[in-house]
Amino acid sequence: MTPLRASLAGVVASVLLLLIVLELVRGRRLKERYALLWLATGLILLVLSAWRGALNTIAGWVGVQTYPPAVLFAVATLFILLVLLHYSIVLSKLTDENVELAQRIALLEARMERTESAASSEQRVPAG
Amino acid sequence: MTQARVLAIVPAFNEAGIIGRVVEEIRATDVRIAVVVIDDASTDETAEIARAHGATVLQLPFNVGIGGAVQTGFKYALEQGCELAVRLDGDGQHDPSELPKLLAPIERGEADLVIGSRFVESGGSYRPPFARRLGIRVFARVVSLLGGQRVTDTTSGFLALGPHGIELFASDYPHDYPEVEATLVALRSRLRLVQVQVDMRERETGVSSITFVRSLYYIVKVMLALLVSSLRRYPRFEGGSR
Repeated sequence: MTPLRASLAGVVASVLLLLIVLELVRGRRLKERYALLWLATGLILLVLSAWRGALNTIAGWVGVQTYPPAVLFAVATLFILLVLLHYSIVLSKLTDENVELAQRIALLEARMERTESAASSEQRVPAG
Repeated sequence: MTQARVLAIVPAFNEAGIIGRVVEEIRATDVRIAVVVIDDASTDETAEIARAHGATVLQLPFNVGIGGAVQTGFKYALEQGCELAVRLDGDGQHDPSELPKLLAPIERGEADLVIGSRFVESGGSYRPPFARRLGIRVFARVVSLLGGQRVTDTTSGFLALGPHGIELFASDYPHDYPEVEATLVALRSRLRLVQVQVDMRERETGVSSITFVRSLYYIVKVMLALLVSSLRRYPRFEGGSR
């Protein structure tokens, strides 16, 4: 059986995670899009911590006989891996977009210089 | 362009088949109007065609999604000093002949934001599939509850905006699936919101951006955004527009 203290610690930790994530979204430091996976993590950990029967059953399924809370660690680890993978994908996209932006700015600057020098040479004609 | 009174903001992604007609129809209305098409990195000729039909085209360097694209238009309106803006989809589902009706409450000084709603009066011709109708209705309920004013169609992208509306959305507009959350942001910022009955056409070309697979993300994201928005503080535009 899962020790009661372990369940309580799990509940407290997952509620804290949920509150922190919600507050970060409220303060606009985290976008909804990137909060969803964290919220899912928090909710699942909360359910598994609070619902001790379910945790024991799952522990039985995956062959963890001695210490069911180990399943909590496994689930948490799995979700952390998912979040990291998600970030790697987002980071790759951001890298591409960043390069694209830099290139567009370089092209725009060159075009602006051409337009400006064309405009200034036009201005000199009527004066001379 | 200098004489235009209203700026039409038209986000478009791969709408080459119809964008020309959309731009022409907007420019053919009685309203003195300039059209800006925000091309969200289309892979077809959307930008060229829109330009050829007399629109100003803002081409985004990569796809930023509908919210980011539309907000580019609001920022452009603010930069150009526009006091009136309308927003129509680039797929032709919003009928430009409804524009005077949409602009009227703002011109009378009674509204900062006008939403073209499909459900103000019952018996409008628009009958979406059941699941979609249910979603639209649930969002409308939640927004009405949290925003303190009854709204009937929070997923409509057919809008007219006065100066306060333009200013608010230029600085604060959600990036993906923006319409529902934007309605709540407007209400919580004390914009005066008026709804006007409009009919929408069936889309003729292109594909709706909301597929079944994305629906779940859509619902969860919007619900989270609504919940969190109702916990935020917003700048208030009290006293209405000039």
